[in-house]
Amino acid sequence: MFKKQYLPIMVTIALFMLMFAAGAFRYTGFFSLQVLLNLLIDNAFLLIVAIGMTFVIISGGIDLSVGSMIALTTMISASLVQNLGWSPFIVIPLVLMIGATFGCAMGAIIHYFDIQPFIVTLAGMFLARGLCYVISINTITINNAFYTSMAQTKIHLPGGNFISISVVIALIAIVLAIYIAHYTRFGRNVYAMGGSEQSAILMGLSVARTKILVYTLSGFCSALSGVVFTFYMLSGYGLHANGLELDAIAAVVIGGTLLTGGVGYLVGTFFGVMTQGVIQTIISFEGTLSSWWTKIVIGLLLFSFIVFQRLLTSRRTSGRG
Amino acid sequence: MAKLTKHHLFWPVTMLVALLLFNLCYSPDFFSIQIRNGHLYGSLIDILNFGAPLIVVAIGMTLVIATKGVDLSVGSVVAITGALACLTLNKSSDQNGYTVVLLAIIMSLVLALILGLWNGLLVSLGGIQPIIATLILMVAGRGIAQLITSGQIITVTSPRFNYVGAGSLAGLPFSVFIVMAIFIIAVILTRKSALGLFIESVGTNSEASRLAGIRSKTILISVYAFCGLCAGVAGLILSSNVSSADGNNAGLWIELDAILAVVIGGTSMNGGRFYLSGTLVGALIIQTLTTTIYMIGVPPEITLVVKAFVVLIVCLIQSESFRKSLFERRKSHKNLGKTEVSRHV
Repeated sequence: MFKKQYLPIMVTIALFMLMFAAGAFRYTGFFSLQVLLNLLIDNAFLLIVAIGMTFVIISGGIDLSVGSMIALTTMISASLVQNLGWSPFIVIPLVLMIGATFGCAMGAIIHYFDIQPFIVTLAGMFLARGLCYVISINTITINNAFYTSMAQTKIHLPGGNFISISVVIALIAIVLAIYIAHYTRFGRNVYAMGGSEQSAILMGLSVARTKILVYTLSGFCSALSGVVFTFYMLSGYGLHANGLELDAIAAVVIGGTLLTGGVGYLVGTFFGVMTQGVIQTIISFEGTLSSWWTKIVIGLLLFSFIVFQRLLTSRRTSGRG
Repeated sequence: MAKLTKHHLFWPVTMLVALLLFNLCYSPDFFSIQIRNGHLYGSLIDILNFGAPLIVVAIGMTLVIATKGVDLSVGSVVAITGALACLTLNKSSDQNGYTVVLLAIIMSLVLALILGLWNGLLVSLGGIQPIIATLILMVAGRGIAQLITSGQIITVTSPRFNYVGAGSLAGLPFSVFIVMAIFIIAVILTRKSALGLFIESVGTNSEASRLAGIRSKTILISVYAFCGLCAGVAGLILSSNVSSADGNNAGLWIELDAILAVVIGGTSMNGGRFYLSGTLVGALIIQTLTTTIYMIGVPPEITLVVKAFVVLIVCLIQSESFRKSLFERRKSHKNLGKTEVSRHV
């Protein structure tokens, strides 16, 4: 019934519930379904980008380029839609393709030239952020009818609550991702590769294809997240999503994914994102606390989860040995 | 000649010289240095002055990378130390008092040392991957810096503090002397004693070096502490240069520039070998590149794109499989039979 491997996820979920309960206890108006749904609305893009990051980290790598990729996506979309008058139905598939190609290229460099993912995606981060500024150094506001309708449409739920279209996209993405991770050959390859790349090669798994696909997936997710972010912000700007890669990594880690690869669950990532959202909501409800407390609290959480994981894994390995 | 090109400084120095020559072609008075009020002025002096924080951070980063680690938190440490120094000065009645300035500097350096120690403890005793261990401080550090400055930019009016980053000694910017001092200390510590060898040994295989009798944990901790201290010095130079502390933007991206400088200087990210002089040249290359981009009128934002390509090219050159694929393709065209032999050369 209870498996030890689910312990980190349990802790994350418990932490999320505890924080939400604490918020509900302390602030009037906190305990409502809409506050919970707002967490999803405000963090839909973070959730999507964290999905890609989860795959990358489970595979034993890291992707630092995601935040810049989001900015680049908003920038390309805004300039094409707003300045050149392209249809959103061409622009959105195009930016998704650009994101996937970008990720694919990084994956290929990482695999074929055997350079650390950290460095390659760092270069990718510089490149994407720089390309934003090549397009424009100013904010491009979007007032295209399609984008504004995507931003403003509320999907009403029973009880007078609502969610946005972005939430639907994010939820579909996470369900798909759970399916891919646990029920497809690609998913199993990712876990195997993260567990031990050497063994994966010896088992005859196509490590090259898997590794490149993982980064392609992450690139695609960050572009999709960029599209959702465009709906959210209705503008393209080179400084959008600055430092979001760290939030995504933090969400994945808080969700119980091992940074050494091989172990992790997308459900955990979901709650990792939600936990970050709750911290922000509590801080905004508190009013007197400023936004930089978010960073400190997330840093502390990151620290405790890493130490926690460390203790779990060290006990597991020592038990085996 | 072959010996010359094999030297680890050959490519970095060539790159730096090429960049400088390009600048000279573009603006003929690039190399001219004037004396105004007893101070030297000129583009070269500017490069040294503005590059000082980066060089200092990169020196600390070199030793960390030599142990097969990386320190992502240096940017945050820069922001925190600058914030603490400026806050201390700002709160005192006499901002220019000797004791106050000294106190501000010592307090921030001690704090930087503690932050470095924290990273080192996580990496060595905690056994956490360096990227992740330092990520914690990178995320939380900006928050701490903003907490110290209450989210505002603290300005100070203290000529004595300002001297650290903007003053000049014997015609040269004072920051250049700080850089030289740290560089010389680092070189003496690592090359005139066995410490450098120990660091490289820990970077190659920390378990094996522990079994060989090296205190690998102590080495790791001290390397991160030194890197934190270097970041603290950089923070002081930066904040005193502009006489203000900005928790949000001070030292932003400096960790990436520093890593880049180290890698350009020939130190491999895989650890086990390091070149402090290479790092010095690498940091100068980055600063010259930035100056060049400003000078030729390209929007400064494009610096990022240029840097991205520099990172990629440098890493590709360092990558063994990339060199091998280039090398073997050329070889196989010439004579197929000799590839087996030449591989061992």
